[in-house]
Amino acid sequence: MQAKRMGRQSCRLPSRPRVQAFASTAGKKEGEGPLRETFDVVVKDDTLGEKSWEKAEKRMLADTVTLCLNKAGVREEDVDLFLGGDLLNQIVSASFAARGLQIPFLGLYGACSTMAESLLLGAALLDGGFGSRAVCATCSHFSTAERQYRFPLELGNQRPPSAQWTVTGAGATLLTAKPDFPIAVESFTVGRVVDFGQTDENNMGAAMAPAAADTLLAHLKDSGRPLEYYDRIVTGDLGQVGYALMRELCEKEGLALGDRYTDCGCDIFSPEQGLLAGGSGCGCSAVTLNGHLLRMMEKGQIRRLLFMATGALLSPTTTLQGESIPGIAHAVSLEVV
Amino acid sequence: MLLMYVKAFVIGGLICTAGQLLLLYTRLTSARILVLFVTLGVALTFFGVYEPFASFAGAGATVPLTGFGYLLGKGAIDGAREKGFLGALSGGTAAAAGGIAAAIALGYLAAVLFTPKTKE
Amino acid sequence: MNGSKQKSAYDRMVKRVSPKSEKPKSLCKAFFVGGLICAIGQGLKDIGVYALGLDLEDASLFCSFCLIFLSALLTGLGVYDKIGKFAGAGSIVPITGFANSIVSPAMEFKREGFVTGVGAKMFQVAGPVLVYGITSSVLAGVLAHILSLLGR
Repeated sequence: MQAKRMGRQSCRLPSRPRVQAFASTAGKKEGEGPLRETFDVVVKDDTLGEKSWEKAEKRMLADTVTLCLNKAGVREEDVDLFLGGDLLNQIVSASFAARGLQIPFLGLYGACSTMAESLLLGAALLDGGFGSRAVCATCSHFSTAERQYRFPLELGNQRPPSAQWTVTGAGATLLTAKPDFPIAVESFTVGRVVDFGQTDENNMGAAMAPAAADTLLAHLKDSGRPLEYYDRIVTGDLGQVGYALMRELCEKEGLALGDRYTDCGCDIFSPEQGLLAGGSGCGCSAVTLNGHLLRMMEKGQIRRLLFMATGALLSPTTTLQGESIPGIAHAVSLEVV
Repeated sequence: MLLMYVKAFVIGGLICTAGQLLLLYTRLTSARILVLFVTLGVALTFFGVYEPFASFAGAGATVPLTGFGYLLGKGAIDGAREKGFLGALSGGTAAAAGGIAAAIALGYLAAVLFTPKTKE
Repeated sequence: MNGSKQKSAYDRMVKRVSPKSEKPKSLCKAFFVGGLICAIGQGLKDIGVYALGLDLEDASLFCSFCLIFLSALLTGLGVYDKIGKFAGAGSIVPITGFANSIVSPAMEFKREGFVTGVGAKMFQVAGPVLVYGITSSVLAGVLAHILSLLGR
């Protein structure tokens, strides 16, 4: 056991579980953004022809998982685990997607950090020999998030420029214990819940940035690696505000992130789309990883990626009761081997 | 008569600008601002300020939510004058009943007829 | 967990980094749209008085009804939220904003049923306005009554 543990928060995975396949589905707005070419599917209609947005979100996740398995040529019964979650109450999108898939299911909640949480758990379970294939997936939908966390869609309100736009999209990664594929999950760092006392629910990036910085520092300390070890360090959905704060927080700790640091929330939309401070939601990092980033790894343009999905662990109730917003970030190290 | 429109435009606009100032410079949400405005309307009516203001500014004073407070406050105070305690209780809501009923009935009708679309 | 010193240092950093609203511009928009809605209200009132021969009180009710109708229609057609995004308080503070705040949840929650969705959630946003408006009106009426009993 000690051989796998490194430092306080991190683990290495000696068997290096591989990424066998990945898939992403994006909404209309995301499909008009800079990453449009990297998604497998761009839906034209956010309802997917379903009667409610919740049903549409569930369908999007189930379809993306199925597409991921099809790309790998793997049947549902050959997958030992489905690890997934989403933003909705009782993580219904993931559970209802699992209802239609005959894969043993573990539901996760890590808010927008779910993609990293599912990947690190999936990789750890495969490395432990508890299965030979695991599919890790998550999703979010602008309209379901609006009605659960904010206001009815037709309400005529304004949002401040620090607010972010929930991404409509789903991403799935199929992990395998077979070492026949080029991209490997090599180590991970489980984040701590960090709260710097931010209370503005229209500025999530500010609430999550300290958690991202904390996890990055922990990962580098635990692994004994310099920052330069990674070609690319990516956070999930800090947006423009959180991105700037993350840089500044790291600089204070003597880490100059430079060009190697990017944020999915900043990259998924272009400023011309006028979507305030950028993207957010589980789907934000999920579609960026399972589209843009893993494609770049396949082509060898990124060889070592530290993927850190970030989450804000609040609920509408905690906000109304005046609680501050705790943040979390998990890091997964992916390498081309 | 044209002057009335200018007054309605300018004064109504200023009341909305006050709301926007609160949105921008305080962390008050729009629900809290609306509550503040309606309560302020009732209070100013109680102190006898809003009635002359309304006859001066016309729709500029009655269309913003402070005007809804004026309607409620005036109804309650008139009710108290005519029927005492019971009038104080029912007067405000009775005066505002038309607006409330219209919003409820049309809200219901809109829910039957329309389906919300996602934001752009 | 974290010192208050660290928190206030981070608060300052957040404030410095966060983008600012374009304040003069948004105030102008609120002024013009709010003013325009009130001017339309004045027109409707005048129609009530001069064309329909209503007294001032009924003309006011007629004006409110028309504005609420327009707001409900524009909300249903998916236009009012765009006006709101542009105008902010300019379209929230007038009675049309109150109507929008009742119509939009009514539409939003119809998928949860016409009783448990539309019926129950209609006042999700506007409820507080009625609670505080009606309660303060009762308070004003009772105070007025007490003052008159005291012989003022």
